[in-house]
Amino acid sequence: MDAQTIIARRIAQELRDGMLVNLGIGIPTLVSKFVPPGVRVYFQSENGLIGTGAPPAEGMHHPLLTDAGGKPVSALPGASTFDSAMSFGLIRGGHLDMTVLGALQVDAAGRLANWMIPGKMVPGMGGAMDLVSGAKRVIVGMQHTAKGQSKIVRQCSLPLTSARPVDLVVTELAVIAFPGGRATLLETAPGVTVGMVREATDAELAVAERVCTMAL
Amino acid sequence: MKTILLKDAAALIPDGASVMIGGFMGVGTPERLLDELVRQGKRNLTVIANDNALPGIGIGKLISAGAVRKTIASHIGLNPETQKKMLAGELEVDLVPQGTLIERIRAGGFGLGGVLTPTGVGTVVEKGKQRIEVEGKPYLLETALRADFALVQAFLADYIGNLYYALTARNFNPVIAMAADTVIVEADNIVPVGVIAPDQVVTPAPVVDYILSHT
Repeated sequence: MDAQTIIARRIAQELRDGMLVNLGIGIPTLVSKFVPPGVRVYFQSENGLIGTGAPPAEGMHHPLLTDAGGKPVSALPGASTFDSAMSFGLIRGGHLDMTVLGALQVDAAGRLANWMIPGKMVPGMGGAMDLVSGAKRVIVGMQHTAKGQSKIVRQCSLPLTSARPVDLVVTELAVIAFPGGRATLLETAPGVTVGMVREATDAELAVAERVCTMAL
Repeated sequence: MKTILLKDAAALIPDGASVMIGGFMGVGTPERLLDELVRQGKRNLTVIANDNALPGIGIGKLISAGAVRKTIASHIGLNPETQKKMLAGELEVDLVPQGTLIERIRAGGFGLGGVLTPTGVGTVVEKGKQRIEVEGKPYLLETALRADFALVQAFLADYIGNLYYALTARNFNPVIAMAADTVIVEADNIVPVGVIAPDQVVTPAPVVDYILSHT
């Protein structure tokens, strides 16, 4: 199983029936492919859609029905569309049960940086700051390292997305939570040891009393 | 409400004007109007919109043509031209969180001085802003935004200017329609009064100033 699939499958296990969920671009988008059987969730696209479905068959695209990346999607039965003020009212107002986002860095206390690299890449924060500030549960799905460097760092060197810490980080190696503001290893991927996760992690990492293996 | 020819509508907008433009990555953007602004060689516009789309699409056309001096947006990452011009100092970019941007515009159109939002507290977005505590929770005071013009894309407009939007092309459109001195609408379809039932009207006719004629 490749890294992205491990991450997406594990995050999909956090979905509960009836949840309203927003998925960021990249790895988070893959989560929608692994919704557990019997679980029905509403996916929101922040450009103004609840009930986002898989892209329609080739040639059936509607030019006015897209996801937040401008890519064609379908609207599932029961879908609704609305303007951007409503969309972010849903996000900030406590109506969004879960958001899944990518990250550049997460610090030892769970604070996320995911919107700019000063002087290099300034795409803008889009909806990320509102999502992290407003969603009931914030999950980061990312590769554990980038160019050999740990993305789970002691302190973010990049500008923060929100002062609010995330709830869970899922990588191809581990599941990490932040109880009491401390990065804590909860699960490892199959074949990965606690030592290997520690080795790959720059931040100090507490270890849960019982570390489970991800049930993929 | 008046109907107006494309070239006359674009001519209403002087160089240096502030312009709110509907659309999300080009979906729900009044393309004919933007093409005409490029053709008339507009300069020094301030463009307030969700994003800068892509080169060749929507607001991306204005950026590539050098029509824009400043943009206030939440995301510019998919338009390398914006990035290039920003780094070269040719284009001023003010990045605003998306939910904050739409609320600032809503406040501008709804007669409010601004809004209090938790978004951005403790980040670089807080710089230069007032932090206000309400019932123990910190918020940022984000001030209202208005513009000289709103360029709105609608799916249906009736003969008197009631508007209805389609699917995800709604996005910023009904909100900017409230927040500008002059509102110009480019509609995919112009229909008789009554085709849009009262319950289906999203933007009521009295806020619309001009509808682009189809010829």
